[in-house]
Amino acid sequence: MSSTKSMSKEDILKALEAEAKQVLKTINDIKNPKIQIPLRTLTNVYFDAKEKMIKLGERKGARSFFNTGQAKKFMQTMLVAAQIKSLILQKSPTLDTRQLFYLLRGTMANSDEDKFDSQDESDAIIEDIEVIIDALREELGLIAVPKGVIAGPLVVEDVASGDIIDYTKMGAAGGAIPASVEPEILKFKKCTAEYILVVEKYAVWNLLNQQRYWEKNNCILMTGKGQPARAERRLLARFEKELKIPIYIFCDMDVYGYYIYSVYKQGSINLAFFSEKAAAPSARYIGFNVDDYEKFKLPKTALIKMHDDDLKRIKEVKAYEWFKNKPWQEELDKLAKFGYTIESDALVAKSIEFTAKTYLPAKIKNKEWLD
Amino acid sequence: MAEKDKVTAEELAGGLRAISVAEFFEKNRHLLGFDTLPRAMLTAVKEAVDNALDACEESKNLPDVFVQIQELGPTRFKIIVEDNGPGIVKDKIAPVFGKLLFGSKFMTFGGKQGRGQQGIGISAAILYSQLTTGKPARIISKTKANQPANVVELKINIKTNEPEVVTQTAIDWSKEHGTRIELELEAKYGEKKASVVEYLMQTAIVNPHATITFVDPAGKKSEFKRVTDKLPYRPEAVKPHPHGIELGILLRMLKESKTRALKSFLTEEFDRVGAGAADEILKTAGLDPKISPKFLTVEQADTLIKSMHGTKISAPSSTALSPIGAELLKKTLESEYNLEFAYAVTRQPDVYRGHSFIIEAAVGYGGELPKEESVKLFRFANRVPLLYQQGACGLTKAVTQVDWKSYGLNQSGDNLPNGPAIILLHVASVWVPFTSESKDAVNPYPEIVKEAKLALQECGREMQLYVGKKFKKELASKKKEMFALYGKELALALAALTSEDKDKILKAVVKAAEVMYETGQVEEEESASAAAKAPKRKVGAFKGGKEEDE
Repeated sequence: MSSTKSMSKEDILKALEAEAKQVLKTINDIKNPKIQIPLRTLTNVYFDAKEKMIKLGERKGARSFFNTGQAKKFMQTMLVAAQIKSLILQKSPTLDTRQLFYLLRGTMANSDEDKFDSQDESDAIIEDIEVIIDALREELGLIAVPKGVIAGPLVVEDVASGDIIDYTKMGAAGGAIPASVEPEILKFKKCTAEYILVVEKYAVWNLLNQQRYWEKNNCILMTGKGQPARAERRLLARFEKELKIPIYIFCDMDVYGYYIYSVYKQGSINLAFFSEKAAAPSARYIGFNVDDYEKFKLPKTALIKMHDDDLKRIKEVKAYEWFKNKPWQEELDKLAKFGYTIESDALVAKSIEFTAKTYLPAKIKNKEWLD
Repeated sequence: MAEKDKVTAEELAGGLRAISVAEFFEKNRHLLGFDTLPRAMLTAVKEAVDNALDACEESKNLPDVFVQIQELGPTRFKIIVEDNGPGIVKDKIAPVFGKLLFGSKFMTFGGKQGRGQQGIGISAAILYSQLTTGKPARIISKTKANQPANVVELKINIKTNEPEVVTQTAIDWSKEHGTRIELELEAKYGEKKASVVEYLMQTAIVNPHATITFVDPAGKKSEFKRVTDKLPYRPEAVKPHPHGIELGILLRMLKESKTRALKSFLTEEFDRVGAGAADEILKTAGLDPKISPKFLTVEQADTLIKSMHGTKISAPSSTALSPIGAELLKKTLESEYNLEFAYAVTRQPDVYRGHSFIIEAAVGYGGELPKEESVKLFRFANRVPLLYQQGACGLTKAVTQVDWKSYGLNQSGDNLPNGPAIILLHVASVWVPFTSESKDAVNPYPEIVKEAKLALQECGREMQLYVGKKFKKELASKKKEMFALYGKELALALAALTSEDKDKILKAVVKAAEVMYETGQVEEEESASAAAKAPKRKVGAFKGGKEEDE
């Protein structure tokens, strides 16, 4: 359902108005206005094996106004839509969803009932509007707080300010990934990198950056600090499409690390509608994996015993369609059998230089990855 | 000493009077409701008020009972209880008040409904007063207008159980007739749970023909006015009913009976047994109608009792019982509380262990009753409020066994329900099976619990009808308000989105809402689409700060 092409501000205004006009027409006809909203539940999410990403299905639910349980949500949906329109018309800078919540807050006329009780309510409506008009929140002028950092031979232009940013000159801190990485906000000017290395942990990124890994290996070094936010995923997807260079993902050897890899690569259940703009299906898992423990002779001090929760999660992940290929099924079985996890930070137990000098170059050279 | 300690109240009730009852009381005051200071206050008031009401009813006077408590010291009080009963002739004052078990209401089986049931009543209060303060009780009584009132100060001789008159005088008393008793005692006056005022209010509820006036130690006056001028029916004594008689009791009755043949034993010693029923009982038991009751073996008696239980016999006479009546119960409950709804029911008489009883129940709903708290439960036995041992009481058990959730109240597990309601249960019986001599709780006999539950269920169904209607109405007006409220905001948003006139849109929304309502097209919550149920983001569902999408 979702298209990969970006929506312009005009397209968005048109889509919002069309939706409101339809509602108004129904009310004028003295009927119950309904909005069709694609379902964002696990049951309406599927794995597109051909495109290798998680997508939203066709099922939709209706939200109507003359319904005792939905009236308020219906009203809220229109309030958020009107607020978004107003922001676009004002040419407002991008806002965080919490800031939008503050714009929407207040009691209703002649009542002490709040229009929105909490940010949870407005956040859910924002996601509804994203799927109703098939536009990303970044396109609506809204952002989620990013946390990623990046370093490497990449030069971009911040369109609004005209600033040119060179990610080789970012020092120890690296360059922050902006909240919105949409093409009209962030333009790629130049990139000479041969590949992109995404590491799960900031601590690992920090060490590699200090060791100038990206310079020595001519790559872009990036982290989303754990589970990536929307901007990191969207940026990686743009890298894949526009730079057309290999992507390697380096995570903890545990089921949560494996899952983070899958979110970068195939998308997530909750944001399935976002996958086509934010998945990088060519990404490969470079480690750490169970066989590496023997192969690289890691000390026992790197091991952490698994808990029941971990085993339970392994079972769940194993059942996801996008993990249902032979290498991953085997890897998850091995992990369960091994009974220990290894954090990527733990590799320093071998030596401080180990990750940068031995492990990563060997893995990439020998093409030892999981796909 | 040890010998005396072993004597129980039950033995006393059985007629053993080898030792002084007064002496027994002195050693066992806890059995009679004088174990703590607040409790002693309540028991003394209760015995005096029971006496006053009985006196008025016996003489067919509508009771006007006056109760006053004066504080003499931190734990020293004076209780004054005055009635407009017939009064007591001079010579009888001392024995009526000063001798325990005087005019005994003790009886073997059957009998009639009465307040005190065991008659240890007022003399126990006098004895307690005497034991704690050393002061005599002062009694004023007048039987005829235009005559002076007799004033008697008396004590009880603990050894002989005989009254000792301390002084005897006569005074002018403005009252035409009546009796007043004044007692000084060690006690405590509380205003919380099981207080005197609570007790009197509840007494007024189950005695709708009485007016009770109370003056508390601070001088504050409360009046509980009668809601009817009709005196309650005076119960007559009846014989035990054959259903529910126990073997031990039957054996004793057989032994003590003055009848000569088994058949006449049955027709004369039991309620509702005529010649026909007696023949049927004996035929089923295979016993000769002519044999003497005295010669029945235990085995034969056992056969007889089974046959008695199994034979169809008319419901027990209700002449021994004096229920309040559903209508009055409802009226009196409504007069004490500002209620939205009240309902009461009086069941048909039933039998447990040979004793007939009637259950009455009432519920009151809404008004100023607290919405979130546990309901108020009022328990009564023979028109007397039961204020202690609620948890141990069969009446409480019946309340907790009813599924109040289906009647519009909240209830968790085996607890009392929560909600703005009063639940009232009254058991009237010739012999209320109390769990102890202090008469605080009714034994949970299955017959009593079952009857109480049936009565409560009827009340519950009626209450549910009311509550259901009320909520439906409330909900409907709430929904209308809701659409008006949301409609206004919706109109503003639509105006901003479509650039059309907001007043025009608001009119359209209001009109659509009206039509939707009138034609019943407003959807109910249940039909809400799955879109409304889209899951919230699970933040923190995964370990180690690796939450999805955050």
